[in-house]
Amino acid sequence: MQLLKHLPPDEFSRRLSQGEIPLRIGPYVYNLQSNLSGVAAGIRTLYPDFTLAGPDDFVDYNVALLSRNALQRLRGEAEFLFDMKAPFDAIPIGQAYAFLEWGMNWCVSLHTNEYLKLHAAVVSRGDCAVIMPGTPGAGKSTLCAALGLRGWRILSDEHAMIPPNTTDVVPLCRPVGLKNESIEVIRRFSPDAVLGPVSKETHKGVVAHMKADLHPASHDTKPLRAKVMIFPRYARDEPQQLSPRRRSDSFILAAYHSFNYSLLCETGFEAMKTLIENIDCYDLVYHDLDWAIGAMDGLPDVQGEQ
Amino acid sequence: MSFLLQQLLLEPQRILALDNNQLTHALSQARSSRLLGSLACEMQALGIDKQLPQTVDRHFDAARLIHEKQKRDLRYDTDKIQLALNSVGEKMVLLKGAAYLLAELPVGRGRFITDIDIIVPRHRIDAAEKALLNFGWQTGDIDPYNDQYYRKWGHEIPPLTHSKREITLDVHHNILPPTAGPDVNAGLLFEQLIEIQPGIFTLSWRDMVIHSATHLFHEGEFHHGLRDLWDLDRMLRDFPERDPQFWEGLVSRARELQLTGSLFHGLNYAQQVFGTPLPDGILEETGSWTRAGRKPLMDFLFLRAFRPDHPDCKLPFTGLALSLLYLRSHYLRMPLYLLLPHLVRKAWMRQFEKDKEETH
Repeated sequence: MQLLKHLPPDEFSRRLSQGEIPLRIGPYVYNLQSNLSGVAAGIRTLYPDFTLAGPDDFVDYNVALLSRNALQRLRGEAEFLFDMKAPFDAIPIGQAYAFLEWGMNWCVSLHTNEYLKLHAAVVSRGDCAVIMPGTPGAGKSTLCAALGLRGWRILSDEHAMIPPNTTDVVPLCRPVGLKNESIEVIRRFSPDAVLGPVSKETHKGVVAHMKADLHPASHDTKPLRAKVMIFPRYARDEPQQLSPRRRSDSFILAAYHSFNYSLLCETGFEAMKTLIENIDCYDLVYHDLDWAIGAMDGLPDVQGEQ
Repeated sequence: MSFLLQQLLLEPQRILALDNNQLTHALSQARSSRLLGSLACEMQALGIDKQLPQTVDRHFDAARLIHEKQKRDLRYDTDKIQLALNSVGEKMVLLKGAAYLLAELPVGRGRFITDIDIIVPRHRIDAAEKALLNFGWQTGDIDPYNDQYYRKWGHEIPPLTHSKREITLDVHHNILPPTAGPDVNAGLLFEQLIEIQPGIFTLSWRDMVIHSATHLFHEGEFHHGLRDLWDLDRMLRDFPERDPQFWEGLVSRARELQLTGSLFHGLNYAQQVFGTPLPDGILEETGSWTRAGRKPLMDFLFLRAFRPDHPDCKLPFTGLALSLLYLRSHYLRMPLYLLLPHLVRKAWMRQFEKDKEETH
């Protein structure tokens, strides 16, 4: 089993520029290509512990971040490519790394339907997985990163993938995307946080990704049982609290946060029903990360795992 | 000249003999040609999909589910469009993808759609547009030049979008712009409509084929070229079974619509790329001396365009061929005295818009 960090730097650069870096990420193989040094540096910083798939393995997603021709290089632009086609407009090279990560999310958001997919972070303690759906800005990624830095396992920062008719989540551990103030918050929170390239002036502001595979089991592909769903909300001026939430409301909110609930139709409804009926739901209002982590550590489903 | 995706579409069972590398390429080609759903359904029909490794079949499954969802949404959206059009006494006539899907034709199996196309008689287009605007459709953000251009020189009004639905509606009054060479009498199309479900109409089988071929050979961009040719192949295999007289009337109908040239190319390339069975003599009947003379050049261009838009499948000079076809499409669409000022204006606008964006 060869890890990315085992590749000598010049071999890594050569293979990356030729599109021969197939990485095992959760249940998928992503093949990466880039001719940009910033992107190469980002991948080496954030993915060193990921396993390389072999040259004879099936590749699920062929992705690339390339400056494709002289005109693009002159303009300082690059494109995200999926199957060597550009689904989005070209972007300034300074944003390339963030776009690679978003593009990799997009592959799963748009092209997989074997799971009910929620837009959510997933973390675990022992065998208990916690799903945290969240609208952008609700603080799910910041909380997810902080939990990862305090010994929780990060299963995903973006997709909770639930095989229909189970209460399992399938891990898809990739770097955690941090935006704007969150970047400094996490840097201050722990000196152990490893951050990749900073992309400025993206449509989401300043973006940097944090290495997420900090737990010994980070690369296990085995599904984990989800026992808790928490809807986090960062609020500076409100009292912090972790309070139970009704299942019926949670169903609707979780469906709202799903990428493919309506696409899966009846299967989607049954999958969501099975999940929500077997899971405890909470609202979490917080502004202090240590407090939030303490509160989550204290949940009955989680405590038994410690 | 054959390529992997073409072989798989015609003989899906060949996928079982592929190694992982070839499977990676096959899926990638199918996805970038927008044919993953079609291939998935071809395989499902033969029961091959379940013999594939689950890691591969899950992508076909995902594509089938996307197709099913599009079909459900299409039923909902066309219900609403039908209500809008009926409110002004117009019937809903679907074109292309929407027609294939709702008519449950083999050509619609697994096919993805990106928008809904309908056609109404030219003199009813204002009434139809008003009705659709009343029912929640809106003209997208379009600048006055483009709006004018559509209305004056186009064969459709500017695309409509719906405030709550993520779909575009193209309302046509003809199948070619009035500036193009052939002067298509669109009124003829309405004389032979088929009612596929109560209140839902499509063009006749022959007109569907002629329209598809016309669209393909006046198109400037070929990202979906192979998919569109696959549509033609599926229809040409299916329609003769629905109507035993299908072939006999096809050429005379094309003549009536002044679209024999497009039909010739459509039949010719469907046969060259997908081996579509054609009756003897039909190519000669639609062909002409000038077409025969131009054939080597056309083959050079189109056989490059009808390959997956994927690096695996590029032939020498593919880029050049696509550029020439792009120019050709403009030249076919309008005479030079209209085309040149239009292209200059568009180039100017692109530059101008770029500057505007950068100052934001």
